[in-house]
Amino acid sequence: MAETQSLFLTLIDKHQSALLDDWLDRMARGSASGAALRRDDGTLDQAKRFLDQLRRSTRHGQLEDINAADWAPMRELLEDVSRARVVQGFSPTETATFVFSLKQPLFQLLRREIGSADRLADEIWTATRLLDSLGLYTIECHAKTREELIGRQQQELLELSTPVVQLWDGILALPLIGTLDSARTQIVMESLLERIVASGAEIAIIDITGVPTVDTLVAQHLIKTISAARLMGADCILSGIRPQIAQTIVHLGLELNVVSKATMADALALALRRSGKTIQDRPAPTPRQND
Amino acid sequence: MAEIPILKIGDCLLVSIQVDMHDRLAMALQDDLTQRIVQDRARGVMIDISALEIVDSFIGRMLNNIAAMSRVLDAVTVVVGMRPAVAITLVELGLTLTGVRTALNVDKGLAMIRTIIDRGEQEDDRRGG
Repeated sequence: MAETQSLFLTLIDKHQSALLDDWLDRMARGSASGAALRRDDGTLDQAKRFLDQLRRSTRHGQLEDINAADWAPMRELLEDVSRARVVQGFSPTETATFVFSLKQPLFQLLRREIGSADRLADEIWTATRLLDSLGLYTIECHAKTREELIGRQQQELLELSTPVVQLWDGILALPLIGTLDSARTQIVMESLLERIVASGAEIAIIDITGVPTVDTLVAQHLIKTISAARLMGADCILSGIRPQIAQTIVHLGLELNVVSKATMADALALALRRSGKTIQDRPAPTPRQND
Repeated sequence: MAEIPILKIGDCLLVSIQVDMHDRLAMALQDDLTQRIVQDRARGVMIDISALEIVDSFIGRMLNNIAAMSRVLDAVTVVVGMRPAVAITLVELGLTLTGVRTALNVDKGLAMIRTIIDRGEQEDDRRGG
């Protein structure tokens, strides 16, 4: 049985270079950016390593389960291939074509070399199952890499969009940009409270110029942040309320229970006054006498 | 049973809660504190909860009660030193302690009590004059 199973593998061995050529040809035709791919040394190298690894992984007759230990280096190779292609912006189809385009040249080879129809059908079936599972694994890797990428970007976006700025001694500003959902509120709240403790600030200005809409949920998140800051002994001033948002707040019947100002400048002026500081214009310098 | 010490700073009383509160301890604290406010003629009460990692609805209610009792005896209550994690938990629980004043630390709490007392005296003077 082992002998029949490995027949197509021996054939791959024997006709490796012709098969490789044909395979790369198909791969190039199967993908949109094919012309560039064909000449790419990386793809040639990957294809060579794939055939090489195929032989090594099937050494112990393990043709069914590609999750077995024999297939670990092959899985690693496919992970590398799909990661490289995700970075280059390939679609899942183009990525999987790497494996699936081997089928046609391989089957042609088998048809040429094997006389008996029964035997041929058996071989093709075994090869198909193997290549299918390898191809599907490649797609899985592709999706996983994409998800990792998206997750990382999301995290970076969260960190980017929630800075706490020190405006003056004892005055913090929290410019909010983008929609406020529960996850972001949590991060905003945490970073604000940490900074209140670190800087000993007594006033925090929450600026919502960059928040596109304020609905009941966003208002609730704002109230939560304001209440938490109050529990830490810091007063909040809400600023950057656009005319549309003022209307929405009234129409929705939201009660924010907080001092609000139209602009950050007004809020800063109020904050400075509350902390006992005044801003005034410098008297115009007297013109110097020329004598 | 552990007893929560009440320290006198000028005309303020400082209570630092560092152990888990339970019913009887809370009752004892309320007893002691009201007694001391009258005895020392204190004008302000500071409750330091910087050592508490968990503040539940029970402690929240106790803080509200102490604030209300002090107010009746004409003393200002300020809760100081709440940790960020505790503040977030309380807000998530919907306990915003609206009846209690808060400050970041004992220093700021003391300053806050001072301002409130001064302001109160000024108003009294104005009303008297």
